This record gives sequence, structure tokens and C-alpha cells, in this order.
Amino acid sequence: MTATRAAAPRARVPAVLVLEDGRTFRGLAFGAVGETFGEAVFSTGMTGYQETLTDPSYHRQVVVMTAPHVGNTGMNDEDPESGRIWVSGYVVRDPSRIASSWRARRGLEEDLQAQGVVGISGVDTRALTRHLRERGAMRVGIFSGPAIAGDAAMLARVRATPGMAGADLASEVSCARPYVVPAVGRRRFTVAAIDYGIKAATPRRMAERGIEVHVLPATATVEQVEALDPDGVFLSNGPGDPDTADLSVVRAALDRGRPVFGICFGHELLGRALGFSTYKLKYGHHGINQPVRDRATGRVEITAHNHGFAVDVPVDGPAATPYGRVEVSHVCLNDGVVEGLVLLDRPAFGVQYHPEAAAGPHDAGHLFDRFAALMEG
Amino acid sequence: MPKRADIRSVLVIGSGPIVIGQAAEFDYSGTQACRVLRAEGLRVILVNPNPATIMTDPEIADATYIEPATPEFVEKIIARERPDALLATMGGQTGLNTAIALHEAGVLEMYGVELIGANADAIRKGENREQFKAVVAAVREKIGYGDTARSVICHSMAEVLAGVERVGGYPVVVRPSFTMGGAGSGFAHDEAELRRIAEVALTLSPSSEVLLEESITGWKEYELELMRDKNDNVVVVCSIENLDPMSVHTGDSITVAPAMTLTDREYQILRDIGIAVIREVGVDTGGCNIQFGVHPETGRIVVVEMNPRVSRSSALASKATGFPIAKIAARLAIGYTLDEIPNDITGQTPASFEPALDYVVVKAPRFAFEKFPDADRTLTTTMKSVGEVMAIGRNFPQALNKALRSLEKRDAPFVFADAGDGPRDKDRLVEAARRPAEDRISVVMRAIRAGAGREELFEATKIDPWFIDQLFLINEVAVELARAAELGPELLAHAKRYGFSDAQIAAIRSMREDDVRRMRHELGIRPVYKTVDTCAAEFAARTPYFYSSYDDESEVAPRTKPAVIILGSGPNRIGQGVEFDYSCVHASFALHDAGYETVMINCNPETVSTDYDTSDRLYFEPLTLEDVLEVVHAEQQAGPVAGIIVQLGGQTPLGLAQALKDNGVPLVGTPPEAIHRAEDRAAFGRVLARTGLTATEYGTATSFAEAKAIADEVGYPVLVRPSYVLGGRGMEIVYDEERLAAYIAESTEIGPRRPVLIDRFLDDAIEIDVDALYDGEELYLGGVMEHIEEAGIHSGDSACVLPPLTLGAEIGRLRASAEAIARDIGVRGLINIQFALAGDVLYVLEANPRASRTVPFVSKATAVPLAKAAARISLGATIAQLRDEGLLPPHGDGGTLPPDAPISVKEAVLPWSRFRDPSGRWTDTVLGPEMRSTGEVMGIGPDFGVAFAKSQAAASCALPTKGRVFMSVADRDKRAVVFLARALADHGFSLLATAGTAKALRRHGIETTVVRKHSEGPGPNGEPTIVRLIHEGSIDLIVNTPYDADGRTDGFEIRTAAVARGVPCLTTVQALAAAIQGIDALTCGEVEVRPLQEYSRRPAAAR
Repeated sequence: MTATRAAAPRARVPAVLVLEDGRTFRGLAFGAVGETFGEAVFSTGMTGYQETLTDPSYHRQVVVMTAPHVGNTGMNDEDPESGRIWVSGYVVRDPSRIASSWRARRGLEEDLQAQGVVGISGVDTRALTRHLRERGAMRVGIFSGPAIAGDAAMLARVRATPGMAGADLASEVSCARPYVVPAVGRRRFTVAAIDYGIKAATPRRMAERGIEVHVLPATATVEQVEALDPDGVFLSNGPGDPDTADLSVVRAALDRGRPVFGICFGHELLGRALGFSTYKLKYGHHGINQPVRDRATGRVEITAHNHGFAVDVPVDGPAATPYGRVEVSHVCLNDGVVEGLVLLDRPAFGVQYHPEAAAGPHDAGHLFDRFAALMEG
Repeated sequence: MPKRADIRSVLVIGSGPIVIGQAAEFDYSGTQACRVLRAEGLRVILVNPNPATIMTDPEIADATYIEPATPEFVEKIIARERPDALLATMGGQTGLNTAIALHEAGVLEMYGVELIGANADAIRKGENREQFKAVVAAVREKIGYGDTARSVICHSMAEVLAGVERVGGYPVVVRPSFTMGGAGSGFAHDEAELRRIAEVALTLSPSSEVLLEESITGWKEYELELMRDKNDNVVVVCSIENLDPMSVHTGDSITVAPAMTLTDREYQILRDIGIAVIREVGVDTGGCNIQFGVHPETGRIVVVEMNPRVSRSSALASKATGFPIAKIAARLAIGYTLDEIPNDITGQTPASFEPALDYVVVKAPRFAFEKFPDADRTLTTTMKSVGEVMAIGRNFPQALNKALRSLEKRDAPFVFADAGDGPRDKDRLVEAARRPAEDRISVVMRAIRAGAGREELFEATKIDPWFIDQLFLINEVAVELARAAELGPELLAHAKRYGFSDAQIAAIRSMREDDVRRMRHELGIRPVYKTVDTCAAEFAARTPYFYSSYDDESEVAPRTKPAVIILGSGPNRIGQGVEFDYSCVHASFALHDAGYETVMINCNPETVSTDYDTSDRLYFEPLTLEDVLEVVHAEQQAGPVAGIIVQLGGQTPLGLAQALKDNGVPLVGTPPEAIHRAEDRAAFGRVLARTGLTATEYGTATSFAEAKAIADEVGYPVLVRPSYVLGGRGMEIVYDEERLAAYIAESTEIGPRRPVLIDRFLDDAIEIDVDALYDGEELYLGGVMEHIEEAGIHSGDSACVLPPLTLGAEIGRLRASAEAIARDIGVRGLINIQFALAGDVLYVLEANPRASRTVPFVSKATAVPLAKAAARISLGATIAQLRDEGLLPPHGDGGTLPPDAPISVKEAVLPWSRFRDPSGRWTDTVLGPEMRSTGEVMGIGPDFGVAFAKSQAAASCALPTKGRVFMSVADRDKRAVVFLARALADHGFSLLATAGTAKALRRHGIETTVVRKHSEGPGPNGEPTIVRLIHEGSIDLIVNTPYDADGRTDGFEIRTAAVARGVPCLTTVQALAAAIQGIDALTCGEVEVRPLQEYSRRPAAAR
């Protein structure tokens, strides 16, 4: 059994978390010491912190973990969803002092420090979560050690940072150049996957189904996509406001009748390309226990969510769009938010949640089969 | 799709008496299920012989059959009620076994009853080892994960011995099929051990089938609680991680929710396997529990077992998450889907989700080994604990510390004052920690304090390094507390965040607990209360289900209605079980109806009282002075508090009464001074003197010389016991001076401040129990119970009958005596008094000014809710007023029952089959003054014989109506037994007896076959001994009254063989007399079943 002992205990370094509405929480520094800013969101997953930390969709967000004990199983080499930690700040109540797992390679705090991620521990994360639930996601700053200043000064710094609405972040997290994830076994299809912040699990889920995945940067042009003559186009998850993204690749795929599958941010782009607007949720969905109903079958799946925006589509009956009729295929049973769209006249669909899971339940993994079926024609 | 229209009535099988492995959690689950089904407009028919449950209250079902949950009786109920469906998944293993038996006998088909929840196929696939292995293999085929331990199914000893090689050699695990709580299973390290365990296991399994299995000792152990609906939607309600790794029964392990040491990748694989298993087994609707072992170094996953029903773990998961599994399972069974059912706690989201916890839950088992001094205390795969506690904290150390102090055992919480362990003790402690035992976690902590390292502790215990580090962390806080120059606010707050009690801090700092508390309050360091909300605060919760934490923000809302705080009874234990929870729940219902806001404090996850919708507010907290004072404070901040009730939860809250009062807490009901007048022997003696009542002659002694003087004066036999006892602990009947000397010598705790009480023991007296209400003016005699066994057997272990059979005019004396005692003590509410009638003299044995164990039995037998009335009286209502309201009958009381009132018998259920000594032999089964029963059953009938026969069937000791009776009685009983033996012979039984008893019977002309004693061994021509005959199954009833110096000889062997074979064994002449009346009833016609609701259509009926 691997029980990696974290770095020698250091002196307790104070830290302060300041929300843009002035509410302040005091705790101890966790991870790197310094200051950081972002949008405060809470995540209710009880497992999967490593996947969460490395999910590019969390870029520029300060994640509050509602689960009190974080870091128990350390960090391993198999579970990261990208090459680095993306969260801009991390808030936990009781960080683990050791890593206990046969797969652990390092401790959580070690990685946070190595990557300069500023965090805070020992705060009443439930009070903070309730605050965000009631007031909505908002800007936040974490200050630790020498970065701690007077309350007014820290608040001013927080208020000076940009918000999430209107933020174009996909280009900041996307891959610099294209790469290919080969199909496992016989190659059945070729897919162009636009990387707005793609998680490592997503191409893997496709590859397992005989799909060769060509991951392209968010800046990929219609021509670059067409050059691959793909069987389908995949639109990935990613951070930021979908209002900022260029939709030409999506429209071109729809125009040509290519099968399209969008997840999360990619789903939002599909919605916008169809002519719907997107809007910001009060505090978003960030968890791995969200019930979603597939309206075609009536079945309910427990799914992983990580979205602050949603597509505004009429839930009753098909809506007419330039690409034909569109129906809401999935809804979240907690709050009725639209979680999936399907085009009735073209081979395209999208879901707001994460069928690739990682972290989270595997209930919706069959959606990749649905994508493959569309490509089969 | 809403509920099915074709089901209009449902039969629900309850789990019967509280036994180890099947306890109060089924009252909680069954009550939830019945309520939900009734609310859906279905006719609910319930069968459960356990009177001490809320589920058998007449309001919970439409037809409540307090009848044995055996196939025979359930068939009678089906014939009478013709239900559309049978829901068997709420009644534990009893429910499933009965349902399967009815299915296999064709009864369900004959009456057109559909098995809902889990069908017979699913039950068998889940419960039958071989079929379950096939299920797991099919799952592996489909999803690529899941495995079972290597194993072979065996039906004989030869197969067992041959199987060892096939599973990879010793050690091996033996598990019998179709038993509950892991009964009969165990580890064998060699052939001798294997033979012994396997023999018992083959006997205990109703299908004579055992599984021999590869040992996965030391693997990480997990459980998942799943729910599935008819649309095949599946959710995982909760994950539970066992701190004690594989090899300790999960019921005996410290367990933690949610799982703490799995990555998402591994957790999701367990989830996938769980979902695939529930589908493969074919649980159509409802819940199931699946257990996993995970190899700590390779991650290999073994699926250990699944239960296609609600369970102890599902009750724990419900309390841990706020997701009411039984309630939802009941709805699913009648056709709803998860997304159609709202989540009660949020009110706005559906039940088709998986709870997210932002806290840590720790469950700890409570044992009762002190009651079974011969029993092996090593923890194994056979469950031995009698109860459990749950604690909720914002981190593991807080939850663990709370759980340990909730256990109410002096040694359970960690001791940080210098235990005297030095580095030299380290190796010894690490070695001791190897053996799983009740106190292992304390031993690990002592080892840490003696300098043990993380690695060696992991190696010795296989407790996950994360948990070990948390124990180190707790110790570091203790060390910091000890070393600090002064106890500053930061350090104090730090310690509280890790769950240190004021008492622990006081011990470390050599202070008084009160002073720590005063200092803490002056510094403003108080707990806040957080809500269990199923969703980690993602949505607002509307159900006030709280736990304490040392954090920033409290969620207790202000209120305007006056609150009454009810203290529960803590963990179930022998002597303080579900009966007390029953009274607390009734108080909550009655006071809510009377316009109060009710607030429950308790820490027992198995109970109805800790259901979030029993009281207006629930605090899941330890019942210690500190924890209770903090809740009282929080509630006083929230609004007016009318008072605190301490008389209903048994000794636990009663023990806090004085200290609460001293801290200014407004108690209602009988005041602490009055409690003292009843509990203190000298004070009570003065009460009796003032009221002119008779006590047995007694004295207190602190030495043998004093004891001898008293015994000589009052005369032998004498009853000796420590001065402050619960459940008859340490009590003994002493017949001579020699034994008295030995008792004094053995009782190490005796001293000037802890004297021994020596009472004259009343041989041949009739023992009588009375439960009564007193409001300061008037006495309401709730019920008078006559014990079937002679005085000297603890009232909790003695069968009793109501109304009394042999008392006539004495009822008036009993009422007058009870009233005089209640008035003199100053009771406001319930009082229980024990009397003994010897000849013409009525002795008062003791009085307890609180709800007693028998309150639910009396309430059911007389259809009067005594605990509800007691709660109202505590808050100022009078008996006259309650009669006007209809809560009490308008006239008369439990002493004036009409001549045609039904007869109710209460019988105790004893856990003998659970305990064996370290060499594997069963422990002795003789009843005595020390209480050892875990539960009770009730039989009701038109006459005593029927009621008694039903009580025996319900207690799994069904009386035979034909066959062979073996008799071996003490000399003093030989005369009394003659007529009874003749009655047995007249019934057509053939009699066997040992030489002495046979001689006595033959002299009276009763034909008797002599059999060899165990000590005589087999005869020259291979004639078997009685013990052999019992094991062969050729004896149907055993009468064995123990004689002095019987000890561990023949009688012992006979009684333990009876336990192993499940043959009814009567150990008193009175029990034999009662049994014969029962056999009369069984043989002279059909024994009828009748629901409580029909019995209670009498003038006495209330509410």
C-alpha cells in the first residue's frame, strides 16, 4: 500500500478568501502561498478531485469543494484530464496529510504547490456554498501569507478582476496544434474534435468505439476541418462564455449534413449555431450526482455536470431552426434546465453534461454509441 | 406512470423480535414502508410479533397482526385477508425466508398473492451462494469487472474438507446459506477449526449448505446501497467504507460514510458493478446492499455479497444521507419510479439522484460481552454487537470522537491522560491491535501514544493508512493540548474542531469538565448546527435534521411555538432496547399533537426516533451532558423551550437528569430528587417505611464479614448485586456461605463507596410488574403483569402474562401500593414497580420512576398509549383531562380489564446462538437475575394456552405437538414435574429421561425411556447419549432444570446442543406448565389469528 507522506508539516500560514460582495472567510494557506482570483463555484462531487482540478473547463474558476476531506488518495498518473491543474484557486475544509492509494504518486498539496495553485483550507465550506447558492456565482480572491492586506484593499482587488460573462477562455486552454488519438482496434470512423478545453477521457471514450479522433485547436477553420473529410464533428467542453465563440465550424458541419455531437460548451455552441441564445445560470451545475431525463425513453441517468451557462430552448414541442426542427432531448430533473438538444432533420445532437464522466458515473456513456450510430448513417 | 392500480392491499412482514443481526432498523424501515403505503390509499396488513415497535402501533397499518411471522401463521393471515401483494423486503432475513417458504409451498400462488419488491427468483439469486457466484460471473462477462472469492459449495463435512485445496488452502472462510447477521460463519486456520465451524454452519443453514471460501482478510471493505425502479433507473444512495477491514462483520465494524479512500475511478467501477449486479439479480424495485472487498495493493475487486432487501446498512445509509430508502422502496414496489417521487428534504428535487454529503458519518458498534463472560470476544464474520451509534461531523476525527462518546461506555472514548504506556509497551500494543476486538481502535491509539509507527500499525491491522493518519492527527491535537502553556481560545477551538469533548480536554489539562465548559462559553466557542440535506447545500433544505460542528454558520431557524426536547435512549443494548425508543417516539407524536414543537436528541441510527420526520426537529448528537447542554442552548436561542423530557429514554437520559438540572436546564416530569428517592436504596427504604409497605430484608456490605452477617440474619438464599446496576448486571442468587465468599472475592469493584446489596431471595414467590401513570393526584394503573417464571429471573428475561392469571383481590392492593409509592416519591408521569407475592405478603422489590421496558407491551395489550399520556402529564396535563380528551379511557384502567379481555403473553428472546467461548463451545443458556435477552415477542389469544403457544412460535421456539420429549430435572423439581410429564404422555409424546428423572417418573407409573448422560458416554452397544440424540434431531422438546453445581457438565451440554439444533429447551417447571397449556391449545383445534384493531374495539380503546 502506498502511503505517501506529504511534505513535512509547515507552520500554519494564514489565508483569507474574499468574495466580491464583501463576505470574507479566514483559514490557512493550502497549496501555493500568494494570491489568486477567479469565479467562485462549488463542486459537490465526493470523489474525483484530481479530474476536477485538471479539467480545462475550470480555467479561471476558484473551486470550493463541498466534500470536507480532499486529497485522501493523492495524485496519480492515470487520472488527470489534461496536462496541468486548471483551477485558479482551491477551497477545501480538511486537506489530507497523506496520500493513501496503491496508485498514488504524489500528494495533492505537493502538486498544487508545484503548479503554483493558491488555495485555502479550514474554512466553513458549507457556509460559503450556501452563500454562493443564495447570491449566485461571483468573483473571489484568495490571499495567503504576505499577500494578505486590509479587507478593503483585498475587496478592491477582487472587484477589479473581470467576471465570467463575456470571457473568451477556450483559446487559452485549447491545444496549440492538432493531434490524433488512434482508434482502439479497427478504425470505423474519423472524427474532427474541436478542442475548446477537451478532457482526456473524451477522445478515449470515442477511440474505444473505433473512432480515430483528430483533435484540433479551438481556432481551427472550416477548411482545416474539411481537409480531414471527417465522418463526424465533435465539439468539446470548455471554459468561458459561449457567446464569445466563433460558430463557423459548427455551421459548416451542419450545412454539409455531417454528424455533429457537442458536449457542454460544445453543446452551447451547437445551440447558438441553431439560433438559440445562451444564458448564465445563477450558480451553475457542478457535481456528479445530477439526474437527467432522456425525454425519448423516460429513463433517468445520473450524470456529471460542470456548466455555468445553458441554452435557452423552448421545452415544449419541436422548435423551428434554419437547420430544421430541434427538440429538447434531455432535462435536468433538479431544476428543469435544458440538458440536451437533438436535431430531427439532421444528424446532430448535444448534451450539456458529461457522458465521458471522469469524474462521475458512467450512465451516459452510451451517447458516444449514439454518435457512432449517426456516423453509420 | 404512477402507482399500479391492481394492488389495493399489501401484506408487510416485519422482522419479529430484536435479535443480534436483526434489530430496531427494521422497525424504522417497516414503519416508513407501512406509512407510505397507507398514504397511497392501500390497505396495509402487517404481521410482526414484536410489541416494542412503532410499526405494530394500531395507527400504522389497517390490520396489525401481532402474530408469529412464520409461514404457518402468515398463511392463516393471507387466508383471512386475501392481500393482493406481499412485501417481504422490509422484514430482514425473517421476511425473506418466510416469503420464500410461502412461495415454495404454493401458498402465494393459491391465494393469488404477488411478491413485490423482490421476487422469489431474485431473493434466491441474492441469497444463494452458488447462484450469486453465477450472477457475478455474468456481470464480469458484461462489464469486465467484478469477481468473487474462490469458493466451493458444500453440503457435507466430506465436501468441506475436500474443498480446502480448491480455494487455495488455509485460512478459509465458512459461510452457511440463508442465515442472518453472518450467524454460523467463521474463519478456520486448520482442520480442527474447520470441522468445528463447518459442523455448526451445516446445522444452522436451513438448506444445510455452506460456502467454503478463499480468505480475503485484511482487504479494504466497502458497501453500496442501491435503489432500482421498474424503469430500470438505478441510483447509488450511499457508499460506506469499513474502517475495520475484511474479516470483521460489517455490523461489528466501525464504518464511515461516504467512502474515504477511493479515487473516482475505483468508486465508479464499484458503482458499475453494483448496478450490473442489481440488474442481473433482478431486483425489480427497491433497495439492495452490496458488499465489496478491494485488495489494498492491487485493487482487485471481489463482490462479497448482496442483500435484496432493506438492511441495517440501508437504515444507516438513510440516516447518513437523509435519503429514506425504505420509504422510497415501498413506493417503488407499488409502481412509482424514482423520478416521480420527491426528495422530502429539498421538496423541489426528485428522488432519482445520488446524495452528496458535505460531512462525515461514523457508525460504531455497541457490544454486550460483559453479559456473556464466557463468550469469545474476538470479532469475526459472525455479528456479535447488540446495537450501534452514528455520529456526524464535519471531519472524520470529529465524527469518530462523537461516535465513541455516544457509545456510553466508560472506556470507549480515547484516553489521552497518561495511560502509563511507555516505549516498552509499544510492541505489546501493536501485537494486541492485530486481533479485531471491541476496543481495537483504543488499542491502536495507545500504540500510537507509545510510539508505534504508521507502517507497523498498518501491517498489524490493515486499517487503511489514511485512517491511521487521522488517528495520529487526533493524537497530535491531544499532545498540543497537553504541552501548551495555557489553554488559549485558538487551541481550544482547534481541539473542538477535532471532536474533543470538554471531558477529554479537562482530563488532558487536569481541569474539571465544568471549568473547561465555562471557559469555552466565556470565549464564545460553541458548536453551530448544520443540516443533513442530501445535496451538500446545493438546494435549500426544509427538513431540520441537524448535527453539531465547530464552524462559522449555524442553520437553526428561529421558532415561535414552545419546544419540548426529548432525550432518546442511545445505542441499543441488553436492558435498554427499542422499547425506550418507542416511548420517546410516542412522546414526540403526542406533544406535537398538543401544539408543541418537538425536538429529538439521539444517536442511534436504527430507530424510528431518528427518522427526520418523527419530530419537528432532530439533532443527531451524543447523549452526553456537554452535547445535550449545547443543543438546549441552541434551541433556547431559537425560541421558547417548555422543557426537557428525560424519563422516557431509559437509564441514559435519566442519568443526566441531575446534572442537567444543576446546569439550569428546565426538566419536566418527575424531578431528579424524586428519581433519587426511587433509585437510592436507603432513600427508597424510607419511602416504603413512610407508606407502610414491605420490602425484602436487606443490607449493604463492603466486606465478606458484613455480607455474611446480613445473609445469616435474612436467611439463604440471598440475592446479591452491586449497588448501582442496570439490567441486573452482576446479580446472583447465592444459596450458601461458600458461594457468598466467592462472590465477594470475585467482585473487584466492591469498596466503601460501592457496596454490595444483599436481599433476602423470595423462593417460590410470584413476581409482578406494574406500569402506572401518576399526575400528582390520581393514579392510572396501566397494566399488571404476572411473571411465568419464578422470582429470581430478571424481569426482562422472564415471560409474563397480562392480565394476570392468578391475582384477584391483590389488584386492589397493587393499585393502592403503587399510588402510595408514586405519591411519596413525587412521580409526574410513568412509574414501573416490581412486586413479589409470597404467600400472603406483598413485597415491593423496586420502583423505577420512568418509562419501563414493558410500556409498549402494556400499551398494545390494553390499547392505551401510556407513553403518550406520560409525556402529556410531564407537561402538566392531568389524568382526568386525558380521559376527557380520549387519550386515556373514560373509565377504569389496566387493573379493571373486562373478563373477556384477550390474554397477552410477552416472551423474551435470547441470543445464545451468537456466542461461543474461545474454544468454540456455545455459552450456557440458564436464565438468572442478570438480563441477557435482546428482544421480546408477544402472543395474543382468547386464553393463556393460545397466547403462550403463539409467543413461543414467534420466539422461534415453536412448541411441538408430537414427538419425543427429553426430561432431566433437579431433585427439588421432581415432584412438581410428575403431573406435567403425565400430561405430555397423554398428548402422545414419548418420554426420555436420564436415570434419576426416569426413576421418579416410573414410580408414578409414567412410561419413560432411560437415555445415557453425556458424561456417561455412548453405551457398550453404541447407545447414544442424549447430546448425540439432540444433534441427530430426534428430540423435539427438552426440559432441563439446572441444579446447583450443575455447572458445565451434563446440563450444559444438553442446553448448548439444544441451541445448536434449535430445539425448544425449557429450564423451569413453570415454563413447562405453560408449555403444556400451549400444547393443549395447539392440539385442540385451529389457532386463530386476529388483528389488533379488532381486539381494541373495546371501551378502553383510545386514539
